[in-house]
Amino acid sequence: MTQTQRPLAPHLQIYRPQITSVLSILHRFTGIFLASGALVLVVWLSAISEGKLSYETIQGFFHHWLIQTYFFALGYSFFYHLCNGLRHLAWDAGYGFDLKTVHRSGWLAVGMSIILTLLTWFLIAGD
Amino acid sequence: MSHPLSPKSMKTPLGIIRGLGSAKNGTKHWWMQRVTAIALFPLGLWFMWHVLPHAGVGHAELVMFLKSPCESVLMILLIITGLYHGQLGFQVIIEDYISHESLKIVLLLSFKALALILGIWGILSVLIIQFKIF
Repeated sequence: MTQTQRPLAPHLQIYRPQITSVLSILHRFTGIFLASGALVLVVWLSAISEGKLSYETIQGFFHHWLIQTYFFALGYSFFYHLCNGLRHLAWDAGYGFDLKTVHRSGWLAVGMSIILTLLTWFLIAGD
Repeated sequence: MSHPLSPKSMKTPLGIIRGLGSAKNGTKHWWMQRVTAIALFPLGLWFMWHVLPHAGVGHAELVMFLKSPCESVLMILLIITGLYHGQLGFQVIIEDYISHESLKIVLLLSFKALALILGIWGILSVLIIQFKIF
């Protein structure tokens, strides 16, 4: 059987990373990462419903610096996914497609997500 | 045998798509992803800024906070919309990157099942906190 010889699309690795492509893949990664947060939320609620002992056990785990790092990453993922999600909703509505606006809104999403993550982190830590 | 989509195939377009299921709700996935995204905007911020500051307090105090009808309702809504949105997202990723047909179906069903299990578990936990006398 002869195969139709069609040109192949170049592999993703040979493209120079650009703000557009990097932010797009980051949206997916943060989305996957946030799903793990949903699992933690359910386990946490389950522990609270079990009683004082299970709650204090799980709360003890949460104080470990590795888990704290994970929570910080989760917080950043949440705010990045939220800010970039707003860009997606704007695009769905037909706004912000020209390259200049795409770049500007992209950097705005990155900046806002960092600011919101730090603000929230200190709000919780300061409580 | 040639692939049904190759130009060599004698199959008609209708023959290719027959048996693959109807396309009655093709836009539902796309639309619900947006609807849940919009719902998760206030729900997510409520969780980050209103619930999380209570996360470190003692058990009794936290239970009292979660027992309020407002928090319970919002928590259940967050669980449903969050897992729904997550399942829709995983579906897109699986459909994009997994081309092996049977593996794709197994993964799609597994993530749907996982979302359902987590959803029921989470809602039950909220209800137990609501009604249990600690």
